[in-house]
Amino acid sequence: MITVSNLHKYFGKLEVLKGIDMQVKEREVVVIIGASGSGKSTLLRCLNKLEDTTSGEIIIDGIPLNSEANVNAIRREVGMVFQRFNLFPHMTALQNVILAPQIVRNLSKQEAENIGLELLNKVGLGDKVNEYPRRLSGGQQQRVAIARALAMRPKVMLFDEATSALDPEMVGEVLAVMRDLAREGMTMVVVTHEMGFAREVGDRLIFIDEGVIVEEGPPVEVFSNPRNPRTQAFLSKIL
Amino acid sequence: MTIGVINWGLALDSFPVLLQGAKITLQFTVVSVFFGMILGLIFALGRMSKNKIIKFLSAAYIDFFRGTPLLVQIFLIYFGIPQLIPFTLPDNYQYIAGAIALSLNCGAYTAEIFRSGIQSIDYGQAEAARSLGMSHFQSMRYIILPQAFKVVVPPLGNEFIAMLKDSSLLAIIAIEDLMYTGKIIAGRTFQALPIFMMVAVMYLAMTMALSMLVNYTEKRLSKSDNG
Ligand SMILES: Nc1ncnc2c1ncn2[C@@H]1O[C@H](COP(=O)(O)OP(=O)(O)OP(=O)(O)O)[C@@H](O)[C@H]1O
Ligand SMILES: [Mg+2]
Repeated sequence: MITVSNLHKYFGKLEVLKGIDMQVKEREVVVIIGASGSGKSTLLRCLNKLEDTTSGEIIIDGIPLNSEANVNAIRREVGMVFQRFNLFPHMTALQNVILAPQIVRNLSKQEAENIGLELLNKVGLGDKVNEYPRRLSGGQQQRVAIARALAMRPKVMLFDEATSALDPEMVGEVLAVMRDLAREGMTMVVVTHEMGFAREVGDRLIFIDEGVIVEEGPPVEVFSNPRNPRTQAFLSKIL
Repeated sequence: MTIGVINWGLALDSFPVLLQGAKITLQFTVVSVFFGMILGLIFALGRMSKNKIIKFLSAAYIDFFRGTPLLVQIFLIYFGIPQLIPFTLPDNYQYIAGAIALSLNCGAYTAEIFRSGIQSIDYGQAEAARSLGMSHFQSMRYIILPQAFKVVVPPLGNEFIAMLKDSSLLAIIAIEDLMYTGKIIAGRTFQALPIFMMVAVMYLAMTMALSMLVNYTEKRLSKSDNG
């Protein structure tokens, strides 16, 4: 579903990604962990071209990410959930969810609303469809954001620390939604500090350090038996 | 009613005539604000464009009209443009020139207001829009501009008030606005004090009405329960 080869990314002179090779299969849940500043967000953002890449190749669902037209095609297929939700504050929860299907996928309002209501129900917000974001809690906002991304019927979902901005008591409700998605077979790339989630839901764990994939494998193995000293050091700090 | 040599009664007597002038003042303000908003939006987006030429031209326009006196701009367009044009312009060219000068001037200031309004919107909004597959245009149209609009209402209101006052410069090219009408009556009657007091009061009434309108709009926008 996703193939990344020899991806390099500079910010000015700073090399943030130093030759990433990565594959994500259909229905696979890949969890990316690593220290702050190691390049996790940058990698994720390269996958839907929110960042320009310096060199290397990215192919998603058979489409190479090279021309402007392809970028728009890929963004339609790749949903993204941000740490800070980024809901549109001037729209209700439902409006947030149904806008893009209408103007990007050209669905009728009725079709979009049907999808929107179904998804908001699915994330447990059937009673909040007409609320504006500022009247929702962080966890509720993030669930709307997930529904918004899903409304485009994406083939891949990217999560960049979707629970890091939440109060502890709200983390669970968002993780639960993500877990359900994974069970339904969504292809997911998840950057997170939630190691419990990584272990339970992840099919594969990737550890990034200073822009390089240092170690990868099934989460249980990497957690219990990290081979690389840098992985060991990182895990000993957080587990 | 004459006190000393100052004829205060004249202020009231000339009110109907001055009112005609005030109407012209308002017309020029409305026209220049209307075209100024359109120009402002175009050049604000132009100035933020990735295309270097569009960006440069937009910046040049904005800097020129913000960095030179409005009076000079009026003269350039009223006296200068006819020199470029091979045919004779209509007798009432001063109205066209006045409206163009005011609109261009208003557009430059409005462009900067729009630009700072747009840039005040969290970059995450545009990223969320783009990540959903919206084009740059769609993200502006549906996400950024509706939010920026609220931010720009107060500075936009100030710009309109400034426009209303600055339109008095049109009197110099014989457009019969409030200022010009006052000047004519004062010249004929030698009663500058009462006449220009009346003119001042009428400008004040208009700017205050406008600022009340702006406050009202601002309140309505912040009350509507949407972020
Ligand atoms: N727009 C940018 N311009 C310049 N440098 C940037 C930019 N975005 C990120 N960086 C730098 O790139 C490096 C990697 O950043 P990135 O956000 O990918 O890290 P991260 O692994 O997601 O960290 P965190 O866990 O804190 O989110 C950091 O050194 C950061 O300062
Ligand atoms: Mg990050």
